[in-house]
Amino acid sequence: MGMTASQKILAAHAGLERVEAGQLISAQLDLVLANDITGPVAIKEFEKTGAEKVKCRDKIALVMDHFAPNKDVKSAEQCKACRTFAKRQGIENFYDVGKMGIEHALLPELGLVGAGDLVIGADSHTCTYGALGAFSTGVGSTDMAAGMLTQKCWFKVPSAIKFNLTGKPAEYVCGKDIILHIIGLIGVDGALYKSMEFCGDGVKHLNIDDRFTICNMAIEAGAKNGIFPVDEVALNYMKGRFKRPVKIYEADADAEYDAVYDIDLSALKPTVAFPHLPENTKTEWEDLPIDQVIIGSCTNGRISDMRIAASVLKGRKVADGVRAIVIPATQEIYRQCIDEGLVHVFLDAGAIVSTPTCGPCLGGHMGILAEGERCVSTTNRNFVGRMGHVSSEIYLASPYVAAASAVAGRLCTPDRLEEN
Amino acid sequence: MAIDGKVFKYGNDVDTDVIIPARYLNDSSESALSCHCMEDLDAQFTKNVRRGDVIVAGDNFGCGSSREHAPLAIKASGISLVIANSFARIFYRNAINIGLPIMECPQAVSALKAGDRVKADLTKGEIYNLTTGVKFKAQPFPPFIREIIDDGGLLAHLAKK
Repeated sequence: MGMTASQKILAAHAGLERVEAGQLISAQLDLVLANDITGPVAIKEFEKTGAEKVKCRDKIALVMDHFAPNKDVKSAEQCKACRTFAKRQGIENFYDVGKMGIEHALLPELGLVGAGDLVIGADSHTCTYGALGAFSTGVGSTDMAAGMLTQKCWFKVPSAIKFNLTGKPAEYVCGKDIILHIIGLIGVDGALYKSMEFCGDGVKHLNIDDRFTICNMAIEAGAKNGIFPVDEVALNYMKGRFKRPVKIYEADADAEYDAVYDIDLSALKPTVAFPHLPENTKTEWEDLPIDQVIIGSCTNGRISDMRIAASVLKGRKVADGVRAIVIPATQEIYRQCIDEGLVHVFLDAGAIVSTPTCGPCLGGHMGILAEGERCVSTTNRNFVGRMGHVSSEIYLASPYVAAASAVAGRLCTPDRLEEN
Repeated sequence: MAIDGKVFKYGNDVDTDVIIPARYLNDSSESALSCHCMEDLDAQFTKNVRRGDVIVAGDNFGCGSSREHAPLAIKASGISLVIANSFARIFYRNAINIGLPIMECPQAVSALKAGDRVKADLTKGEIYNLTTGVKFKAQPFPPFIREIIDDGGLLAHLAKK
């Protein structure tokens, strides 16, 4: 029996010829990551061991993005703890205000992660890098501390679900709709402990940002990782960024999958996850007035997302009573938004543009919701209280739908906007 | 801590945002975390919980964020054991790594009611409902994970090796 692409990456990093689902292995890590929330806990655990130095200072990344720029004194102390640790340990991949971005947009952009890598991050959305053909997965702070100490991590080799993507997505359908559709199909624990392997001739119609979005939300189906094949699109993205040699792992023809789903991309519609679980997906709805729109995050804060939002907002105005907040995910994307004139489009429409931060996605800052308020958001979770008051509501959507909703003042797709 | 206390019962997909809302993640001290544990799901939890009590929940407990603050908050609040049908994978790792006892046991989950008094033996993998006198057998941990638990968490385990 053959191996899946995910299993091959794990085997290679464990120094084994082959592995099989359920096997417990210890594997070498190419990168370990933490942010300003999980980092301080990992540092505390690391220091408790009495160890003086991290194992590989050039294979650690610390990104100050969640509550940065510091939202309050306690958050400032957390960033300071990371800053002090990075300096003492000589960790060069420390990204603070001015250099930082949202971690899962920033690390691929900087070429710190790439095809064939094995990466753990003390952040659940670390699974994003599967878009580049890496095995990457979220862990907690203690695993991160152990990773800094040993540059290794233990894994239970996952089985996998295959998603065979065919056809070309229709206008106004992008990566977000595809992954929301899949989560709606299999549920929030539909891929629990498993890999989600995406393949098929539909992949060629997905740009790299679509693939980042899809892998990013693999965790919302409970998956350990999501992974795409490495094609020209992925190679072009990594060219000039990723410094290490690209290693391509493909699933064997006889690899075993727990399930195979055929997804016809041409049949998908703009999809929205209603409160309070990402699996509550709908493609039609009754009139739903809204209070706020967020366009950004590690899910949809990349340049393609900014261009999509601008294409909808150009020449239009954000509805009265709606707060539209656009957050480019990194400094480079922010600059691109300026250079391409997108910032003018956003400002002319009556939206605001923030410096990169995870901020509102997890109810940190930059757009917290009051009692009963509704937000259409390009983020990844719509749990109770995630973005503010426990009675507030989050509708997860693509940047097309988020931007159209900002204009309409209610949950709306761009085609409906044209009708009006 | 002895596993002996009353049951707090919750449903499926209890996510880490309700276990410890992100607005409190600017302080990772145990005292701060325990004050807000389960706040957005059960506002009375922190008032009613006593040392040794047990959380019982359905599928996919601890889904969402990787925040280790979630099992830390549960442990710091005095909970001695979480029993669920299944755990989200990062929560599962985190609980083992920090030494919060967890058990997968659907039979116990369907039978146990809020307020029941429960004891458990982690080594034997047995759960006892003292209110009804019924005993349940949980899924055993693989030996590798058992070693981490017995050594007192991941870093203690690595130090021993």
